[in-house]
Amino acid sequence: MPSIKLKNISKYVCQNVNLEIFDKELLVLLGPNGAGKSTLLNIIAGLIDYEGSVLFDGDSVDQLPASKRKIGYLFQELTLFPHLDVAANIAYSLKVQKQARSEVQARVEELLQMMKIKHLSSRYPRQLSGGEKQRVALARALALAPNILLLDEPLSSLDVQASKYLRMELRQLHKRLNITTVYVTHDLIEAEEMADRIAVIESGHIEQMGKLEEVFFYPRSEKVSDFIGAPNILDCTYCYSLGRGMVEVGCGGLSIIIPDDGNTVKRIALLPRDIYISETKPPGPDVNRFKGIITDINTTDETVRLKVKAGENNLTAEMPHHIFQDMDLAVGKEIFLILKLRRIRVYDNKEQAKENA
Amino acid sequence: MSWLKKFRLGWGIVPIAIFLGIWETVARLNLIPGHFLFPPFSMVVVEFYYLVANGVLGDNFLSSLVRVLIGFSTGSVAGLLVGTVMGWKDVVSKSLSPIVSLIYPIPALGWLPLLMLFIGINEALPITIIFICSFFPILYNTATGIRTVDKNYIQVARTLGASDMKILTTVVMPLALPNIFTGLRLEAGMAWRVIIAAEMVAIPTGIGALMMKAESLMRIDIIIVCLIVLAVMCLSFEKFFAFLEAKLTSQWS
Repeated sequence: MPSIKLKNISKYVCQNVNLEIFDKELLVLLGPNGAGKSTLLNIIAGLIDYEGSVLFDGDSVDQLPASKRKIGYLFQELTLFPHLDVAANIAYSLKVQKQARSEVQARVEELLQMMKIKHLSSRYPRQLSGGEKQRVALARALALAPNILLLDEPLSSLDVQASKYLRMELRQLHKRLNITTVYVTHDLIEAEEMADRIAVIESGHIEQMGKLEEVFFYPRSEKVSDFIGAPNILDCTYCYSLGRGMVEVGCGGLSIIIPDDGNTVKRIALLPRDIYISETKPPGPDVNRFKGIITDINTTDETVRLKVKAGENNLTAEMPHHIFQDMDLAVGKEIFLILKLRRIRVYDNKEQAKENA
Repeated sequence: MSWLKKFRLGWGIVPIAIFLGIWETVARLNLIPGHFLFPPFSMVVVEFYYLVANGVLGDNFLSSLVRVLIGFSTGSVAGLLVGTVMGWKDVVSKSLSPIVSLIYPIPALGWLPLLMLFIGINEALPITIIFICSFFPILYNTATGIRTVDKNYIQVARTLGASDMKILTTVVMPLALPNIFTGLRLEAGMAWRVIIAAEMVAIPTGIGALMMKAESLMRIDIIIVCLIVLAVMCLSFEKFFAFLEAKLTSQWS
């Protein structure tokens, strides 16, 4: 499978974009609507003209039309051909390449089984659910055994449950096929679950690129931080194992309990939406519950953001308007913070962990 | 077929039967002023029998049918071809659209005086009129159908390795079928309406000409026979294309 390199690409909102996608990796292009994510996919696929150069394994493919780039492309709009049944949709690329009938049948059969949609083979797209359409579209994109797979917000039309399930399957499929994949999304959770590396794109610029935790814990700009939810980043001064899969970390005077993954925790990140606020002492064990004082209240169109001093930390918490209105919160008031255990993101110092081992 | 289905199917005939019953009664009881011109339905049926038996209806019907078939099929094929190229290639569309937009609104019969002078009064005249009547609407519907196919399907087909010609024949044309059939269905009926009008004005044979002769002899029964034939043919042609469309697209559209 080839590596992909974009050199000085310019088209629409994208200006002088440089991007490298490694061989067999799954790169997530993360950015808001209109950032230029789909434009970059279309450029890689050769579906639109562009300035600059696209290289597969170091060779320029600028002169190659889309039909010759050996790319599987899963579009956002689930564009299954409505006049063809599932089997014919999957067989489409094989037939236009004039492959032998027996080969076409065998490959279609293989893909139907791989995607677990054999029972749907004679149905038409309008008779399928969103998740089923997605599987068929993926099978069709994989029919010609492409070298590169481009996925443009493939799960955006699915419900939460179906989307989660398919994400898992896509990840497994990527591991199994070892195919260089570019996955476009604006959803941070999707990006977290799918990515080998993430490229955060905003207004046609790659703002930051790297492993998920690099982007999350060391956002290079305010734009990146804002896009990933403006997390509270706390440095840890100590990290003790508590046994039973838990560690205690010290962050600016707060002792926080988090799941233990065997590595030394250097930093933790808390998204503002993952910090609950209570006016009274919350019930339950005194774990990850802290006293704090409100230092600022900032109302936006969507939410209310509170700045809270807890220990030596200035944390930002976020809540919907209707909850804020039900509470009696004001600057200077003492409140309680509750941190969601499973939502605390951790930056490990793996090198140190290795040394300790 | 269950009795309920049979009943529902038969129910459609009831209004027609009531209409024919009222017609027969009104004509027989002379309830309409100038009643001597208005024959009862039974007389029309008898006249239909005579016209079929002596071959007059058959000959004239055949003349009209051949004209419609030749004019409509050549006009449709030409409209499909030019419409496909116009829908697919922007440059052709931009070049031809001004001419088509200018000519399309002219009613087919509007060409009659001009064509009478150019072609003369012969078999080519009604066929040309039908050709014009079919060509422009089918061209327009085909071009629109092809142009409005979701561009994403074309992009997908491209990434799946299809050439432009393959995309046109395997994706775009099938997806444009509902639009194309709308044109074919409407124009199939329209061809009959136009041929009758052309034959009334300029051609001495055919159903339209037979109606004009009947008019001069004040034979309303013959006129009604011709009108019934016309209605049945319009309906049959339209239904044929509706059937074909359902056959080709009902599974997916």
